[in-house]
Amino acid sequence: MRYSEAPIFFHGALQCAASVQGKGLAIMIKMENVCKNFGDLEVLKNVNLEVREGEKLVIIGPSGSGKSTTVRCMNFLEEPTSGHVYIDGQELTAKNRTKLVRESISMVFQQFNLYPHMTVLRNLTIAPVKLHHKSKKEAEELAYHYLDVVGLRDKAHAYPTMLSGGQQQRIAIARALCSQTKIILFDEPTSALDPETIQEVLDVMIRLAKENITMVVVTHEMGFARQVADRVVFMADGQILEEGTPDHFFTNPENERVRQFLGKIIRS
Amino acid sequence: MSGIFSLRAWEKVWLYRGTFLLGLFNTVRTAVFAILLALALGILFGLMATSGKRALRAVSRVYVELIQNTPVLLQTCFLYYALAFSGHSIGIITTGILALGIYTGAYMAEVVRAGIEAVPKGQFEAAQSQGFSYLEKMYYIILPQSIKIMLPPMVNQVVNLIKNTSCLYIIGGADLISLTYSFVTGENTGGAYAPAYLISGLLFFVICFPLSKTASSWETALKRREQRQVFARKNAGGKEAMADE
Repeated sequence: MRYSEAPIFFHGALQCAASVQGKGLAIMIKMENVCKNFGDLEVLKNVNLEVREGEKLVIIGPSGSGKSTTVRCMNFLEEPTSGHVYIDGQELTAKNRTKLVRESISMVFQQFNLYPHMTVLRNLTIAPVKLHHKSKKEAEELAYHYLDVVGLRDKAHAYPTMLSGGQQQRIAIARALCSQTKIILFDEPTSALDPETIQEVLDVMIRLAKENITMVVVTHEMGFARQVADRVVFMADGQILEEGTPDHFFTNPENERVRQFLGKIIRS
Repeated sequence: MSGIFSLRAWEKVWLYRGTFLLGLFNTVRTAVFAILLALALGILFGLMATSGKRALRAVSRVYVELIQNTPVLLQTCFLYYALAFSGHSIGIITTGILALGIYTGAYMAEVVRAGIEAVPKGQFEAAQSQGFSYLEKMYYIILPQSIKIMLPPMVNQVVNLIKNTSCLYIIGGADLISLTYSFVTGENTGGAYAPAYLISGLLFFVICFPLSKTASSWETALKRREQRQVFARKNAGGKEAMADE
């Protein structure tokens, strides 16, 4: 597949700022003492985390460790039982979440969650038109631009169910880009894919990672983590056990639990 | 002269055709307004039943269970007589519209609830994550997907409502069933049982049958479309897309 060489940012909505990513820049996401319980189950136990503008944060860890819940708290798909979440300096609350999420955060899901009753083009334009008050023409221009970015311009008039999983996920990424938010959350974006379509999605994400978008990615793709992450966070049992640069992580982790986990992943 | 082959009986029905048409008119008039009320209540309580707020869910539950587990005849009498004796007479037609609307509304609410719950959770989350407000999410994303699931059972409820206008008989209504009954028992008109009830039944049938037919053909079309989608997905090699459902 060929990707267009067009720049990812469009209409100058977001400018590529400092090239030194994650250093000395504004804090885009801040989680402060976040706890989340589902009934008696404590899924998050006092999570503290900061993500800076343009930073690529990768969250890894065994399943059931609270990785997904952590990113889902960042856009209030899950409301923390206690603690605070700040987006770009503003506290995220049940009251302001619709507005704040609309303006600042997009999300890419494990199961894509495209709207099956709409064409690809409509999937991409509905939020810009209905929520961001763009004209239909503007929104379509934007949509075709991002379809080029993910290499699927020819699928504009297809319905999601007609596409393969990898294609659906690339459309979902284009949909997230159409909202032109500073933050994109990825919740295990390749976990539901056939092995042979994982790479096409990762390629798109690697390309995004070169831009100044703040990305938080929950993934099991260690190669991806190593290649694009500015920082890696390891979670287990609802807590952050270790965080550091990919180099630190993959060559010399301090925590025994991390070593065990990486040992298993790399062996398999 | 009550026989089905009695020419005189048929003549009498023809002579009094105005009575049947008036009954039909009253039945249809009551039904139309009751359907609108039932739809409004169904959407409102159906949305409440699927909301995140426990109090709203509870209110909706109480409404649905109370109405579904008591006879519509009782509800009609309650509304008419209980209110009349407390000095708030609201008239037979209004009573009929309210009673049937509230009764069918409880079933409509269940249809709406089931339709919304049939939409995968990921659709709600995707809409929320894009910043759709509750109403926008429902209007643009969820209801368009559930409407095709809701329509066939909704039409069936409409058919039931039309037939249930016969309950107005208990409060002295002027609907088709009530007028048919007064016709066959009337001093001057009485006796033509078979033709009168046949005609009355035929009038109900010509209204309800096309509706039922529409509902079942929508249902078939829906199933066929789903099969086509599964087929298309298989052809596209989207094995993983099916894990979604």
